[in-house]
Amino acid sequence: MKILVVCGNGLGSSFIVEMNVKAILKELGIEAEVSHTDLTTSKSEDADYYLGAADLLENLEDGKRNLIKLNNIMDKKELREALENNL
Amino acid sequence: MIDLIMNDILGTPAILVGLFALLGLLLQRAAITNVVSGTLKTVMGFVILGAGANVIVGSLSNFSAMFEDAFNIHGVIPNNEAIVALAQDAFGTETAMIMLFGMLVNILLARFTPFKYIFLTGHHTMFMACLIAVILMTGGLSGVPLVFIGSIILGSLMVLMPALITPYTRKVTGTDDFTVGHFGTIGYFVSAFVGSKVGKNSKSTEELKVPKSLGFLRDTSVAVSLTMFLLFFIVALFSGPAFIETELSGGTNFLVFSFLQGLTFAAGVYIILAGVRMLLAEIVPAFKGIADKVVPNAIPALDVPAVFPFANNAVIVGFLFSFIAGLISMFLLPLVGLSVIVPGLVPHFFTGAAAGVFGNATGGRRGAIFGSMANGFLISFLPALLLPVLGILGFEGTTFGDADFGVVGVVLGGIVEIFSSPAAFISVILVILAGIFGIGIAKNKKTVKEEEAA
Repeated sequence: MKILVVCGNGLGSSFIVEMNVKAILKELGIEAEVSHTDLTTSKSEDADYYLGAADLLENLEDGKRNLIKLNNIMDKKELREALENNL
Repeated sequence: MIDLIMNDILGTPAILVGLFALLGLLLQRAAITNVVSGTLKTVMGFVILGAGANVIVGSLSNFSAMFEDAFNIHGVIPNNEAIVALAQDAFGTETAMIMLFGMLVNILLARFTPFKYIFLTGHHTMFMACLIAVILMTGGLSGVPLVFIGSIILGSLMVLMPALITPYTRKVTGTDDFTVGHFGTIGYFVSAFVGSKVGKNSKSTEELKVPKSLGFLRDTSVAVSLTMFLLFFIVALFSGPAFIETELSGGTNFLVFSFLQGLTFAAGVYIILAGVRMLLAEIVPAFKGIADKVVPNAIPALDVPAVFPFANNAVIVGFLFSFIAGLISMFLLPLVGLSVIVPGLVPHFFTGAAAGVFGNATGGRRGAIFGSMANGFLISFLPALLLPVLGILGFEGTTFGDADFGVVGVVLGGIVEIFSSPAAFISVILVILAGIFGIGIAKNKKTVKEEEAA
């Protein structure tokens, strides 16, 4: 399973969220490959789940991708619930 | 043998950074496969960074030539990624060393001072390390003293900037979970301050209806492509086909040439970003892992989009008004004898948006508008003032974009200028930093006391 965290620049925020996702998955005992990138690259990169800010992920809507949209990307509680509900 | 180790191995920035990653992976007791792949990827990231720089150079020199032909003044496009990539040839080893030891200084300061911030925006750590290396080396420092004072400056900035903005970050987010760690902080601080002065009884931006259509600019590649293509086009129209087709494009139609050159610049930025991403993939988590162990109750200082979700409309308002200030500045700069700073969508989007969020937090709509305009003027004038202190790097047609780089660069450059002996300016810098920490800690004590009294 692969989770791709997306932000506009693919450098700062998505990197932090990636580290948070990894920490939460470890607690939940779920094995997954987690990486981060920018919006442009994410369009051509395959992943089982795309995770990021809701307004940004609208650009990835195509009916086929599994999107995990967050209102506040820095909120670990919201992130944990989103992961529990989607995986 | 010594020569091989000192010059070829430690003197090659790509290998040096790879060794840092290797060290980090070994410290975390990572699996052997991860150690190998992580180290190789880090070195490759650095090589990619250099490749991106080569792509950008040609495009930048064409832009400068066209701009000078069209307007008879020097035009500069601020872009952190580009200037840092270009600097790696001459300043790479020093940048890497200052970055590594700067992170250690950050951890120590977070451990032993009230400023418990861990600065996790790795690319900005690298950019600031580069700026410090350039200015101090231009001022005649080298070797151990350079890395020593450079990392103290960097590590101090990594806690002081988050400390400066934290009271306002609390206003934005309502929590102490994280603060902003980004070297555009002075722009946000000024924006929040302006907001608090002009924003009496102004309603929040979040009650506005703002079209969502500008969201696509959050995609850096799209924003850079669009800006550069338009900039090249406009400048080409002013310069005219004669000059471009004879001097630059080798006969290719001047507009076709400009279009491709604009996108070449954007492609270069895209490559550099990919390189930086790979380069940091192991270093930042290692830094965070060590910091978490050493600093109890550390507060992460995060990249600035972390505050965007708290005021979505302020993001758009802030970007627009910061950019407007950038356009106005373009006409003001030559009047005061400075180089023209061409406003970029990316710096204005990210820092303008954040300035909008902070301005809105302290002063509603009026705060968001005037605060982000203040930021827009800052990120136009500071890069122009920074050019003369960058030495040989000041002629590349690009420079650092965000506010803190400008302030730190101009201040450091000034100190280096006044105190010509290395010993003197190292002492001066240490005294200044000690003074700032003293004031900061005293202020911090006062706030804690007030909170306890309340």
